[in-house]
Amino acid sequence: MTDPIKVIEVKESVFANNDREAEALRARMHDAGTLMINLMSSPGAGKTTLLSATLRALADEMNIGVMEADVDSDVDAYTVQEAGAKAIQLHTGGMCHLDAAMTEQGLNQLGYQDQDLVVIENVGNLICPAEFDTGAGKKVMILSVPEGDDKPLKYPLMFEVSDLVLISKVDTLPYFDFDKQKLEQNVHLRNPNAKIIYLSAKTGEGMDEWLDWLRDAVRDWKA
Amino acid sequence: MHELGVVFAAMDTIEDVARENELSRISSVTMCLGEVSGILEDYFVDCWKWAQQKSDLLRDSTLQVEQIKAVTVCNACGHTYETVRYGRTCPHCGSDQTVLLRGNECEIKQIEGC
Repeated sequence: MTDPIKVIEVKESVFANNDREAEALRARMHDAGTLMINLMSSPGAGKTTLLSATLRALADEMNIGVMEADVDSDVDAYTVQEAGAKAIQLHTGGMCHLDAAMTEQGLNQLGYQDQDLVVIENVGNLICPAEFDTGAGKKVMILSVPEGDDKPLKYPLMFEVSDLVLISKVDTLPYFDFDKQKLEQNVHLRNPNAKIIYLSAKTGEGMDEWLDWLRDAVRDWKA
Repeated sequence: MHELGVVFAAMDTIEDVARENELSRISSVTMCLGEVSGILEDYFVDCWKWAQQKSDLLRDSTLQVEQIKAVTVCNACGHTYETVRYGRTCPHCGSDQTVLLRGNECEIKQIEGC
């Protein structure tokens, strides 16, 4: 006699498991006093350049670890290591995002307990990294001026989940039809609480505001 | 690529549920996908078919997908409307103070197995 078929009502979001793992990881990072930031953007928005400039500026103040997430290659890990951070490369094995379990493996490899700040440089992509919570304490996204002020309308979830929106490459503003007011409207329509900072890692404009935001975030996390 | 990550996440949850309920074979899975979930059904099904071959639990199962129409409510006038047709601006009063009611689901509704 064969077993009777059981029908099980699951009614659970596909992301629920990952969300639970992320929540547990966030609590552990809180206990350790290590702030993890999930840095997201499309490819070429300037994540690695901004990160290198940030690491050079903060190297004497705090211990910073970096996890570079990429589909393949370890170019970025070398670049940020040269800027003075402890860096590891995570390969997502063809996937377009990091999830909480992959992040945790990376953190264990990095040894996060000694760090004040760990930055995940997520895979360059404005869609999937927004859906999968990595367990980070703060989510920061970069939108570069050449990408345009309409991106919050096209990729709403990314802007909805981000605590801070960095507008990078502001030194190129004279060459693009990028309307700051329209951008702010579009961002705040999706996320009224998002903070916006304009900066250029190349000229240094806005870098102080970003560094102060980071210092405050690290201090608040430890408090 | 995006759908594949979602399929893997769904299969992880299904394997947990199967273990809890002592199922060794799953015959059917029903998923709910919202119209504006950002998940394309065709891609999702293709990824699913590829991934299920790697799972003893799911290899012989069938997949059913229920699509959920997206509906938005306007906080200014209280009307609801079709999200995909009108976007974020209320067609009744022109307000942009609108909130998605449903349509972004990506949910495992039900599994059957023994």
